Amino acid sequence: MDVFVQQVVSGLATGGIYASLALALVMIYQATDVVNFSQGELAMFSTYLAWTMLNAGVPYWLAFFATLAIAFVGGVLIERVVIRPVEGAPILTIVIVTLGLLVIANSVAGWIWTYVQKPFPSPFPQTPLRVGRIYFGSHDMGEIAVTLVMLTLLFLFFRYTPLGLAMRAAAQNPVSSRLVGIRVGWMLALGWGLAATFGAVAGMMVAPILTLEPNMMGGIQIYAFAAATLGGFTSPVGAVVGGLLVGVIENLVGTYVWFIGTELKLTVALAMIIVVLLVKPSGLFGRAHVRRV
Amino acid sequence: MARRLPLLAVLLALGVACFLPFVMSGFRLFQFTQVYIYAIALMGLNLLTGYNGQFSLGHGAFYAVGAYTSAIMMDRWSVPYGWTIPVAGVVCLVVGFLFGRPALRLEGLYLALATFSLALATPQILKYFEHWTGGSQGLVLTKPKAPAGLPLTEDQWLYFVTLAVAAVMYALAVNLVRGRIGRALIAIRDNPIAATVMGVDSALVKSLTFGVSAAYTGVAGALSAVAIAYVAPDSFNVLLSITLLIGVVIGGLGSIWGNVFGAFFVQFVPNWAQDISRAAPWAIFGVFLIVFMYTMPYGVAGAVRRLWARLALARVPQPGGEAVRSAARSSST
Amino acid sequence: MAILEVDGLEAYYGRTKALHGVSFSMEERGITTVLGANGAGKTTTLRAISAMVPTAGTIRLDGERIDGRAPEDIVGRGVAHVPEGRGTFVDLTVEENLRLGAWLRRRGVADDLQRVFGYFPILAERRRQMAGTLSGGEQQMLAIARALMLRPRLLLVDEPSLGLAPMLVKEIFRILRAINRDTGMSMLLVEQNAALALDLADHVFLLETGRVVLSGTSDVLQKNDAIRRSYLGY
Repeated sequence: MDVFVQQVVSGLATGGIYASLALALVMIYQATDVVNFSQGELAMFSTYLAWTMLNAGVPYWLAFFATLAIAFVGGVLIERVVIRPVEGAPILTIVIVTLGLLVIANSVAGWIWTYVQKPFPSPFPQTPLRVGRIYFGSHDMGEIAVTLVMLTLLFLFFRYTPLGLAMRAAAQNPVSSRLVGIRVGWMLALGWGLAATFGAVAGMMVAPILTLEPNMMGGIQIYAFAAATLGGFTSPVGAVVGGLLVGVIENLVGTYVWFIGTELKLTVALAMIIVVLLVKPSGLFGRAHVRRV
Repeated sequence: MARRLPLLAVLLALGVACFLPFVMSGFRLFQFTQVYIYAIALMGLNLLTGYNGQFSLGHGAFYAVGAYTSAIMMDRWSVPYGWTIPVAGVVCLVVGFLFGRPALRLEGLYLALATFSLALATPQILKYFEHWTGGSQGLVLTKPKAPAGLPLTEDQWLYFVTLAVAAVMYALAVNLVRGRIGRALIAIRDNPIAATVMGVDSALVKSLTFGVSAAYTGVAGALSAVAIAYVAPDSFNVLLSITLLIGVVIGGLGSIWGNVFGAFFVQFVPNWAQDISRAAPWAIFGVFLIVFMYTMPYGVAGAVRRLWARLALARVPQPGGEAVRSAARSSST
Repeated sequence: MAILEVDGLEAYYGRTKALHGVSFSMEERGITTVLGANGAGKTTTLRAISAMVPTAGTIRLDGERIDGRAPEDIVGRGVAHVPEGRGTFVDLTVEENLRLGAWLRRRGVADDLQRVFGYFPILAERRRQMAGTLSGGEQQMLAIARALMLRPRLLLVDEPSLGLAPMLVKEIFRILRAINRDTGMSMLLVEQNAALALDLADHVFLLETGRVVLSGTSDVLQKNDAIRRSYLGY
């Protein structure tokens, strides 16, 4: 029983990382119908920037928030400079552009920082937390806390601020948004900025566990896809719930199903995607796509 | 509608192609052979994604099925390579059709995700059935020699075989696309409900398209197994599927001859990128991709189409600001 | 003083020209209706003013040229457009829709909400409901209310009667007249329902295949034979 609770909590922690990346994917998808394949690589790149600052002696939380700020600006710039020229193009064209970004981010990161794995510090104490009889990893608990804070802030932003409302409107109905004076292009850019910020959080939370190297986010990206599929690509809430579920399921399956070693763990994610797509393509929270004639 | 290349231009190109093996080195010849193989694979993917609007990010899987069908036949049962190619095509036709049936329920993003997962899982599945596939080590095959009497090297013979197969398959594709079935494909892509209402059996056509598309890509895979004389699971990873997708978009969705250009692109541009920068060749490739998409969002075929249109028609005023561009983006490609 | 002056307006859908040199002017504080059959170019005219389609020719708002500007700019100058089909944000609540109408005006939003609820009490009742769950008539009211939140100088309304029951249409037109009377807001209305339009408006002009063919005050036009026969049916 104790093991079960431990694994669930641990699963929630990794699930928080999947949720962050899945949320980033869904935010951009909702606004543009485009899946940003470079989301994970950009997150990795942000994490390297954080590493560079930490290596130069910058205190952790200062580096953390500075990275978030840089990631945000970076996301906005990428949307305005790289994506905007192809805004009206067919979806696959834009997807290819994101693939180009993926490849560039990965390659440049390898070039600047080499492919040697680098340790990345965790801001949370090494000693485990004790609740009753059960021990929980402090990094896991810290991750959950950080994820919760970020998600709460995002929720409040979208629900209760005019800018958040405008962003939601621009994502749902760009034409009507123009008619009330919203500059839809800039709303998209802000969306990319926020997505990049969430990606950076995911990267910095996972780097202490996986060690930092250019291909770090590859597997996470796939889990994020599984999470977004499970939760529904049209629902931010779904992305979060999906992420947490995927994290927990992955952990429980890894612990309790004896023949699933680390290699087959990825297959579990893929199997989840296929099952969801076969049973309910729009995911747990997504709305079924209504076709207008 | 695709610009129709005059028959003369096609024959001229074929003529030049037949001439090349006698002036090129073995390695360069091999690269061109690979281009023709890609061209066949891209034609397959384009039928499905370009003409029929079904997104596939997993065609590498069919390429692998074709390659391994051929390899296993040659390795286990010593079937002459010539027979393995049509068999690979038929096997992939069936596999593709069977995959196409459940895929009917998925659209756009969801189909892309399903096929993407298939692409990711392919190397693992291949390694799992190692009794047949030889596992991670793969299967080593022998390169076929030119039939007795013909003064051709192995590379030259393979070049001609591939060219011949490509020519035949392209002729078939042209026939398919220009006929009733081609119109049905496009009708389903552009307005599925209207197509059904007009009597097109959408489910059957879409599944068949999947099958035919897989068959083309499978034939390409089989040819690559023969040409490279080696198959291993890791060469059929997700990168292959992404490469194929890049190829069709670069060439132009819904275009026949665009695929040839796409094939040249995916074969040679990575090499050029490496020549330009040893340290970060993929970054250069990424830049190439992005710049290409800026200048030719509808691929090479699309750019040529636009050029023709612009030469033929008068200028028209452009909307103020960003006006309606994003809102007017259509959901089909 | 003319609030809107349109001169030689041409508009395009892709390569197709939909307006062939439309010219008219609108007085401040007045209600003007654009009449015409399907395909005459009425909706296109409104879209051209809001820069939703590419145009040629001049459009002046209070003497300043607004042609060639971005749609958001034109909204910023006080032109609110209630589009054909209403354009409500169906996945947002009624209140959120209204607040979006006031996006460019940060202050006094609460007062504006009260005013708008005063004109359309049903919206107050449904303020927390998803806009998509409202009936057609309620959505039309919501669309107009949203436009009012901008406190526009010029209100463009495209076919408010479309798909609505006659009682509801009468109500909406009554409210529009009341708003015009209370606030002096200039209104440019597009309508196929000639009788209603002639009743509400001060000024009318008739479009046929992208050109203005008749224009004048509504009492004069109501007596016009051509209009009577073609558009009023007697």
